Amino acid sequence: MVNIKINGIEYSVEEGTTILEACRQNGIRIPTLCWLKDINAIGACRICVVEMSGARSLTAACVYPLSKFDEGKNILTHSPAVLESRKMTLQLLLSNHNMDCLACARSGNCELQALCKELGVDDSSYFEGAKNSFDIDRSSKHMYRDDNKCINCRRCVAVCEKNQGVGVIGANERGFNTEISCAFGMDLADTACVSCGQCITACPTGALSERDDTDKVWEALADPEKVVVVQAAPAVRASLGEAFGYPIGTSVEGKLAASLRRLGFDAVFDTNFGADLTIMEESNEFIDRMQNGGVLPMITSCSPGWIRFCEAYFPEFLPNLSSCKSPQQMAGAIIKTYWAKKKNIDPKNIVSVSVMPCTAKKFEIGRDDQSAAGVPDVDISITTRELVKMINKAGLRFTELPDEKFDSPLSEGSGAAVIFGATGGVMEAALRTAVWKLTGEAPDSPVEFNEVRGVEGIKFADYKVGDKTVKVAVVSGLANAKKLLNQVKNGEVDVQFIEVMACPGGCVNGGGQVIQPAEVRNFTDLRAERAKALYSLDSKRAVRKSHESPDIKEVYENFLGEPGSHIAHETLHTTYKASSLSK
Amino acid sequence: MAFKKSVVAFSQTPEQEQKLMEVINKEKGHKGALMPVLQQAQEIYGYLPIEVQTIIAEEMGIPLEKVYGVVTFYAQFSINPKGKYKISVCLGTACYVKGSGDVYNKLQEVLGINGGELTPDGLFSLDACRCIGACGLAPVMTINDDVYGRLKVDEVEGILAKYKE
Repeated sequence: MVNIKINGIEYSVEEGTTILEACRQNGIRIPTLCWLKDINAIGACRICVVEMSGARSLTAACVYPLSKFDEGKNILTHSPAVLESRKMTLQLLLSNHNMDCLACARSGNCELQALCKELGVDDSSYFEGAKNSFDIDRSSKHMYRDDNKCINCRRCVAVCEKNQGVGVIGANERGFNTEISCAFGMDLADTACVSCGQCITACPTGALSERDDTDKVWEALADPEKVVVVQAAPAVRASLGEAFGYPIGTSVEGKLAASLRRLGFDAVFDTNFGADLTIMEESNEFIDRMQNGGVLPMITSCSPGWIRFCEAYFPEFLPNLSSCKSPQQMAGAIIKTYWAKKKNIDPKNIVSVSVMPCTAKKFEIGRDDQSAAGVPDVDISITTRELVKMINKAGLRFTELPDEKFDSPLSEGSGAAVIFGATGGVMEAALRTAVWKLTGEAPDSPVEFNEVRGVEGIKFADYKVGDKTVKVAVVSGLANAKKLLNQVKNGEVDVQFIEVMACPGGCVNGGGQVIQPAEVRNFTDLRAERAKALYSLDSKRAVRKSHESPDIKEVYENFLGEPGSHIAHETLHTTYKASSLSK
Repeated sequence: MAFKKSVVAFSQTPEQEQKLMEVINKEKGHKGALMPVLQQAQEIYGYLPIEVQTIIAEEMGIPLEKVYGVVTFYAQFSINPKGKYKISVCLGTACYVKGSGDVYNKLQEVLGINGGELTPDGLFSLDACRCIGACGLAPVMTINDDVYGRLKVDEVEGILAKYKE
């Protein structure tokens, strides 16, 4: 232990604790901009500086570990020198910032803006001088980059490289000319960016933002000729409430359905139906591969960021990918085939919207081989954040909405479907149905597979099923996927079934979810809290296995026949191809 | 965004490629191997175009962006080849005070390129450099081994014309 003083009061902290964490443990919040716990501790932004006795200059609290040499030292966290320095740092940042706050996507949820307010920056043009002028990169389907709002904190760079193992963005040039961009000034769309959007949720300012597709939705809703339907993904209900003041980890499933109905959608569906359908097809595919010598390990295909990663970085694993479309695309395909026919609507007249925790879904809707009815399965994909914008714009008082249900036959779905939003959820859902099938379809087959739950990046589990052992692995975060796939390639790991989610923790922590500032992210595990909301919904569902869902039974009985049937293949399965984008 | 590819088409001899591979295989796996690889690659090719950086990135298992980030951070690395006539304008303190910045801007204007680039005909490349120890002649520029001192902005075109003949 080290004995130190913070603002003259004595404390004892463990050796190796940073000043920032020591203060936090004792009720003092040190403001930060560049610091992201575990992945970006670079002491670059100088916002977290403190005054320390014996030090020649101010110290960056985020990267200073306390040791026995600091015994007895006094740390001042809000002395005039500290406050003046923090304020000047902000003024210098503003001197090269476009300050387009009123028209910025992140206004009201911007860490730079919040700090300026907190630290009393009362003259935003205190330092006048040269300003950079960068072109805005709007090349991607899922996001844009406006470096005129970038503060060079490198949080996006850190998540892209360290969490996702992608690294298509970085700091180029030097000094005043430094710009976070792609190699050789390439457009993001020309690189092997996987569209996961993790950089967006890491960005403290409005430099990175999803492409806003809400205008397209408003336009469709106002068109009397169109039938506008919507589906919402499982993970959306685990994060949406955060934007309306609910504690992190609150499910707002009922209000989600109610808000979509009040926005004017003609039918309000749940992607959970698509998730249940995915399980029917995927577990069938897995058993078939096991029993008939198919390519193993089979790897899940629900996460479009992962699919792009596999196509660019591990094309040799394309035959391992399940041919199943993602739940979004399966639900979309059923809407424009089965549902359209049932309701006697021309699929060309349907505008199918999805609300997703994900930015890669914006890319996925435009992929080849994703149009079961001859028109795209899904027409517009918006993120959880864009739904928040729509709810606010429409003046819906979210907290006062009643709890409502989704429309049949694409409704709430089973407990297996709702856990799709957390890492390990797809595997557990698949095991619920696969084990049931492989053990003689006993109604009391196991429901919970706790070994695959939890936020760890790589998980392994073995299950004895009849006379066979099924070995599975679950990974989230593409850097972990890279690690596992290399192990599989080198024969160090032997598994038959792998679940991969591009985002760390799965969809609950997706790139399209409500953005929590680093302040919150650094001290609350969003992945775990949001996942709890989904597991709680699962435990309360009457139906917890996909194959027991009445909606699923209806659609197979009236339309698809059996899992893996010819029509199921035409409607619900897809293909992949290697990409040669710049890595 | 402007794609900053070199204006001159890339070509390499089998010897150059083989030499680069030898360098990479020798350095690969060491901590901080990227810098020595880039330095030697620039010696082999004279510059570091996207083609060379891509080989280095792929062979060393580093993202291309990371390689590019290092190359653009250090002034000694160039992503463009040098011209038949290599122009260097001293932007050291003495020369700068005496107006070498204006000379540099004039050269960019007349040649139609930015600093660090090469004219499409391959004749001139332009770079800023640090003090060359001829402060008494400030402002100074060099074209290959020729030194031009006490330069005035309106002399620039005449000097370039000599090399175009």
